[in-house]
Amino acid sequence: MSTIVYKKTKALNDTQFHYCPGCTHGIIHKLIGESLVELGVLGEAIGVASVGCSALCYKYFNCDVQQAAHGRAPAVATGIKRVRPENVVFTLQGDGDLASIGAAEIVHAAHRGEKITTIFVNNAIYGMTGGQMAPTTLIGQKATTAPEGRTEEHSGKPLKIAEMLATIDGAKYVERVSVHNPAAVRKAKKAIKRAFQCQLEGKGFAIVEVLSTCPTNWGMTPVNALGWVESDMIPYYPLGNLRDFEEAK
Amino acid sequence: MAKGLVTFNEDICKGCELCVAVCPKKIIELDQSKINAKGFHPAHVVNMDECIACGNCAIMCPDSVITVEKL
Repeated sequence: MSTIVYKKTKALNDTQFHYCPGCTHGIIHKLIGESLVELGVLGEAIGVASVGCSALCYKYFNCDVQQAAHGRAPAVATGIKRVRPENVVFTLQGDGDLASIGAAEIVHAAHRGEKITTIFVNNAIYGMTGGQMAPTTLIGQKATTAPEGRTEEHSGKPLKIAEMLATIDGAKYVERVSVHNPAAVRKAKKAIKRAFQCQLEGKGFAIVEVLSTCPTNWGMTPVNALGWVESDMIPYYPLGNLRDFEEAK
Repeated sequence: MAKGLVTFNEDICKGCELCVAVCPKKIIELDQSKINAKGFHPAHVVNMDECIACGNCAIMCPDSVITVEKL
């Protein structure tokens, strides 16, 4: 007799990911899928894709997914959730989408306390468009639009989205996690599941910021990219829960 | 110690080596004798007897290549 320890979640279909080798965005897809299956809401789930590498995520999930204009996923998700409150609505957005052109949308979705769940993939760079500097790019980190590395004098300090949204009353669940090792992945899954739970209980807006890798645009091997998350990203973007709906007023 | 059986869907492996890096027993490596349809050397287990079925490799695989069973 053998028991299955791990196999691919049924929330993902057989289409192969377009992501580059070792990009941890694939892990985040798996965690969203596993969470939806374990909460028994895959059939009611509606995703909203953003622009960037996550734009093609509608090809992979075994649930409905709507593609939104750049940065506008929270606005589209707001519409879907208000018309179909019985559905579980989530957005999957990168930092080039959510933290820059979509900054107003995410702030006001949180401010209104929309009952949606946002999974925010922060890899500190614009991935799909070719490695340009994002609001989340670290000081000193090289990008195609910052060939000498980002400087505070020219571009300011990287934007801490989770901390910013945690100051807004309508955001009832805010957590930052990472997927740079198996223990971190397990914690990330708990956070994503809890973010969906926040929506299922009708508490308000929930967001999980997931630190992710971009080996291609960082110019690193996938394994070294995991190390860079731990050595450079986590010190600036500390992991942990910033607000939970049990304590939030 | 529990024994494990790890199977790889080799055709979709991208050879990123994240599974190689996180295996506590260091029994996974890229199979240099094979090239899959994508043009990568797929990952494989060198010594299955040492597998403890922890599932770390499968948890870290971004492309859901790996299935882990406990025997």
